[in-house]
Amino acid sequence: MGIELIFKIAAIGILVSVLNQLLIRSGREEQAMLTTLAGLIVVLLMIVKEISNLFDTVKTMFRL
Amino acid sequence: MEILQVVGLGLVATIISIVLKSQRPEISIQISIITGVIIFALVAANLSAVLKLLEGIANKVDIDLVYVTTIIKIIGIAYISEFGAEVCRDAGESAIAAKIEFAGKILIIVMAAPIILALLNLLVEILP
Repeated sequence: MGIELIFKIAAIGILVSVLNQLLIRSGREEQAMLTTLAGLIVVLLMIVKEISNLFDTVKTMFRL
Repeated sequence: MEILQVVGLGLVATIISIVLKSQRPEISIQISIITGVIIFALVAANLSAVLKLLEGIANKVDIDLVYVTTIIKIIGIAYISEFGAEVCRDAGESAIAAKIEFAGKILIIVMAAPIILALLNLLVEILP
């Protein structure tokens, strides 16, 4: 929880963009699109988990 | 000193978000969302202490607890709707941000309605 989460997401983002360029240069546009989607889904899963934690905290704290 | 942690985290996340903005704009938006969540987690403990202080003062001054909990709920609604609206505006979707703020205002008015009615009844009784 904290800075390493940001670095994890940044690493995934950079990795996906590098892979994307690599695959596009080698002529496989579909794989490039798939790796982009895969990276996006992985990051999205992590984000959704953290956002649900935030909503639970706010719900208990503000008694919503 | 939490404030140093918060500012450091914010700056690092902003730089990383800028790096990724050209290649992968969707990941840079998610980095700004996650930074908001982490900063809220850092200050959550202090925030709950402030809210308990507010309740303590209200009990001491013998204000009806319903009003204080309503105020705390309104603060919560305002915070969450502002959080969502700013993230959407940051992503360039100012129309969605305006809709979120609109919904937040409506919910706050609904939450504040009983207090307003109680105030009006009080006024009617006082005025001859």
